Amino acid sequence: MSTSSSSPVSAGLASPPLDVERIRADFPFLATGVAYLDSANTSQRPLPVLAAMDAYHTQFNANIHRGAYKASEQATERYEATRETVRRFLNARSRREIIYTRGTTEGINLVAYSWARRNLLPGDLIVLTIMEHHSNLVPWQLVAEATGARIEYVDIDEGGELRQDQYRALLQQEPKLVAFSQVSNTLGTINPYREMTAAAKAVGAVVLIDGAQGAPHLGVDVQATGCDFYAFSGHKICGPTGAGILYGRRELLEAMPPFMGGGDMIKTVSTTGTTYAPLPEKFEAGTQAIAQVIGLGTAIDYVSEIGLGAIHEHEQQLTEYALEAMSEIDGLRLFGPPAQRRSGVISFDLAGVHPHDVATILDRHGVAVRAGHNCTQPLMRRLDVPAVARASFYLYTTRDEVDRLLVALRDAQRIFA
Amino acid sequence: MVDDQFYREYILDHYKNPRNFGRLEQPDVSHEELNPLCGDVIGMDFRLAEGKIEDVRFHGRGCAISQASASLLTERLKGMPLEEARKISKEEVLEELGIEISPARIKCALLSLKVLKVGAYGLAEGEFEEDEDDS
Ligand SMILES: Cc1ncc(COP(=O)(O)O)c(C=O)c1O
Repeated sequence: MSTSSSSPVSAGLASPPLDVERIRADFPFLATGVAYLDSANTSQRPLPVLAAMDAYHTQFNANIHRGAYKASEQATERYEATRETVRRFLNARSRREIIYTRGTTEGINLVAYSWARRNLLPGDLIVLTIMEHHSNLVPWQLVAEATGARIEYVDIDEGGELRQDQYRALLQQEPKLVAFSQVSNTLGTINPYREMTAAAKAVGAVVLIDGAQGAPHLGVDVQATGCDFYAFSGHKICGPTGAGILYGRRELLEAMPPFMGGGDMIKTVSTTGTTYAPLPEKFEAGTQAIAQVIGLGTAIDYVSEIGLGAIHEHEQQLTEYALEAMSEIDGLRLFGPPAQRRSGVISFDLAGVHPHDVATILDRHGVAVRAGHNCTQPLMRRLDVPAVARASFYLYTTRDEVDRLLVALRDAQRIFA
Repeated sequence: MVDDQFYREYILDHYKNPRNFGRLEQPDVSHEELNPLCGDVIGMDFRLAEGKIEDVRFHGRGCAISQASASLLTERLKGMPLEEARKISKEEVLEELGIEISPARIKCALLSLKVLKVGAYGLAEGEFEEDEDDS
């Protein structure tokens, strides 16, 4: 699956429309009748993913890499099969570049501890953006504190897109590290991540992409993109919580010290020292989330089979529809770019009704949305709002659910009129 | 049209026309607390005399629940002996709101009480939050 970044998956790429009703039958949670519009927070999980985890627990539940018996071999095989699935999904060169983590947050922290703390010096520049999730901010602030490196933030324009002029100007200062999100979890903005990566590589920076919101909706080709690190979470791509992925370019991973010490990440241990296991085990200390990793592999297969192109197109149609309808509601302020340049994420503010109250009223209508700062406090400050409400879509979201959102929003206005 | 039971008339009234809203000049005690969930801040100014809360004002922005709860609380506090105010419990505050508060919104409902307890009695933050769980 190839996606282009500057003109994100254009609607012209005619994928056959999704059979949403058939897809919905795979997601048991949807039978509750809740209009689940919070997939950017965590997605729902389809039956094949649940079945794969169930099979592990009921048929070959054993630890991996350790037991000399059949169940352990089978568990190891299924666990390692996910690595190849992910390698293909990201188009990484080698399975050794695929590190299992608990999620995006752990992946970013791994790079912050094992790479950044070793390689950054006082005065070195880290470039971030104002739209980052706290998990792509706080680890770097800790790095800056520990190393004396400094941080600059790329601002957004009024449409919620990164100021590329400012980004280019910061690159002139030759940052050592550039870290940004492929897609903003609050604005939905699809950043031109390929161009941004190429420009940063041209000045010698190491580039980390936070793919938490990108991987589930656009995917990525890490070789074509040229990034050094790419992190995402399984639970936003129809997988379970507790398993995520860090991709790292092999040369960098080889040179990095382990993140955590413990079982499974060693070659030999003596009282005087330890030699480490080769990649990827060097970064996978202790018993891993075996069932979840197996579930993640199944989730990626599931989503890939349906096709990210078709999923993205479906989300864009819904987003376009929702944006247009919402813009007709008086006093409703929309944040972020036009539908063509955003993922299925819509943050908004309803005049006179606090986002928490919006979410409570929506909840009473059976519509689930997020309300709060979405772990993007610097962005909230930039937008000059304490919080927003956010609706987000995925492959199973329907127009009918968007309509239910619209009805509930009008009811919120009526109640607070 | 499902919500009239939750956002009752008096809650909305306190939200739209908060009582004792604003600042006191030269308060004896002034304190603010943040609801980390949403970034809402509520602050209170107190004027004390003869062991009583002679006057009180609150400020800050927030949701209907936190604003109505603060407004109701200040109404109650005016003229109340400090010792009595100290004993106001979370259950009482929730009861006075008179609606069923979900776990996600409990911090909103109790934010103003926290301002009172931490501000006026110098309770450590942890002290207030710890017993929050058993309310
Ligand atoms: C853009 C972005 N980055 C990072 C994260 C953190 O992901 P996780 O909590 O799964 O580690 C999220 C999830 O909310 C996100 O949306």
